[in-house]
Amino acid sequence: MGWIADVLAWFQDPRNWQGPDGIPHRFLEHVGLSAAALGIACALAIPLAVWLGHIHRGGALAVGVSNIGRAFPTFAVLVLLVLAPDPFGLSTLSILTALVLFAIPPILTNTYVGVSEVDPAAVDAARGMGMSGPQILAKVELPLATSLIMDGVRLAAVQVVATATIAALVAGGGLGAIITDGFGRQNQAEVVGGAICVLVLALSVEGGMALLQRRVDPQRAVRAGSRAAAA
Amino acid sequence: MIGGLGSALIGSHPPTVADDCLLRNAWVCPEYVRTRADELTAATVEHLRITVISVVLGAALALPLALLARRVRRLQVTILGLSTAIYTIPSLALFSLLLPFTGLSDKTVIIGLVLYSLTILVRAALTGLDGVPEEVRDAGRGMGYSANGLLWRVELPLALPVLIGGLRVATVSTVALVTVGTIVGSGGLGDLIATGLQSNFKAQVLTASVLCVVIALVLDLLLVLTQRVFMPWRRGKAAA
Repeated sequence: MGWIADVLAWFQDPRNWQGPDGIPHRFLEHVGLSAAALGIACALAIPLAVWLGHIHRGGALAVGVSNIGRAFPTFAVLVLLVLAPDPFGLSTLSILTALVLFAIPPILTNTYVGVSEVDPAAVDAARGMGMSGPQILAKVELPLATSLIMDGVRLAAVQVVATATIAALVAGGGLGAIITDGFGRQNQAEVVGGAICVLVLALSVEGGMALLQRRVDPQRAVRAGSRAAAA
Repeated sequence: MIGGLGSALIGSHPPTVADDCLLRNAWVCPEYVRTRADELTAATVEHLRITVISVVLGAALALPLALLARRVRRLQVTILGLSTAIYTIPSLALFSLLLPFTGLSDKTVIIGLVLYSLTILVRAALTGLDGVPEEVRDAGRGMGYSANGLLWRVELPLALPVLIGGLRVATVSTVALVTVGTIVGSGGLGDLIATGLQSNFKAQVLTASVLCVVIALVLDLLLVLTQRVFMPWRRGKAAA
């Protein structure tokens, strides 16, 4: 159990909290890159999937992309991009591209399923009330799909944090670099310390996204309203 | 690269087509596949070995856990919460956390991957068993099945499509995750990708990557076929 003391000592060493290799800087790198990738993936995938779901087309593509994506090892895709010619290669762009590629499938699939599987009766009722297509989308389909869309964004966030960790195997910074540096120096305390940092970040992201999901879901109010209407 | 050296020594002759792709460090290179067939086969077999052991152990642990969770409802919340937590941990961090216990060995990778497949399979087992209609259970009890008989003859067969669906997700994800095991030197094809990165050997990286995807797709196809053979009544319907 001596390794626990080593890990504690590693965390207490002020040198590990300073400079470009220090925990705060690595943490900021990790969060910054992950947030950028998640933002780009949302901006690309949500409008496309909402539109496909609204017109009920491309379901095989939207659902299939998740199954296909799972078969591609993130490590392999990262290495392929780093060995690819300009503008890829050993650059932030390569890492960011890989993160976005792996964030898109869960968002695309969940958003498509959420919008396309809204109860047709609700859409019919909205049309009967004289709503136009865009109005139906904004006032019926999107509110009813929010919970599933957020599910997809949460899955993507977890995926992005994990892929950003693996990026350290290839080139990237982030908290994964503490782990790979530790392996390089055969310093087990550094490896485990870095892994604990990643663990804390990943669980916080999952927890934070779950909270956000509950807060932005407009369905609770809608559900109470529809229950009153049904009664 | 060996071929490249050979054709460089010949000098005045133009390099043969077969050697050329190694010399040019091309992405696609049949000559690489031919000359390194042994290395590729060994890595593929190792990749398959780690995948199969991890998924089979995960399934063997998942079913009893799911049955336990069903009997003790309070445990279900704990088990589902833990499985979400494990699934959230990035693979590189999970392998690193196991390092003090199992060191630089394939055990580290296998235990990590068992944990991941376990989380997927426990969920699938619970979803599948919960999906059995209560009327069907009643009918089974009315026919005189004991709790055990009901489980094996009625509930599990009806849950099988969801179970196999979970098995497909677990298998395909595991094939991809094995590559990260290269951090402790047991990454199967991931080891070839890592050495290919270090020596900027494009053909090796692309070939090993394509093999990973092919293994995942072939194992997925095998599971779909298994489902068709064992569940002829489900033919034509996809697993949930």
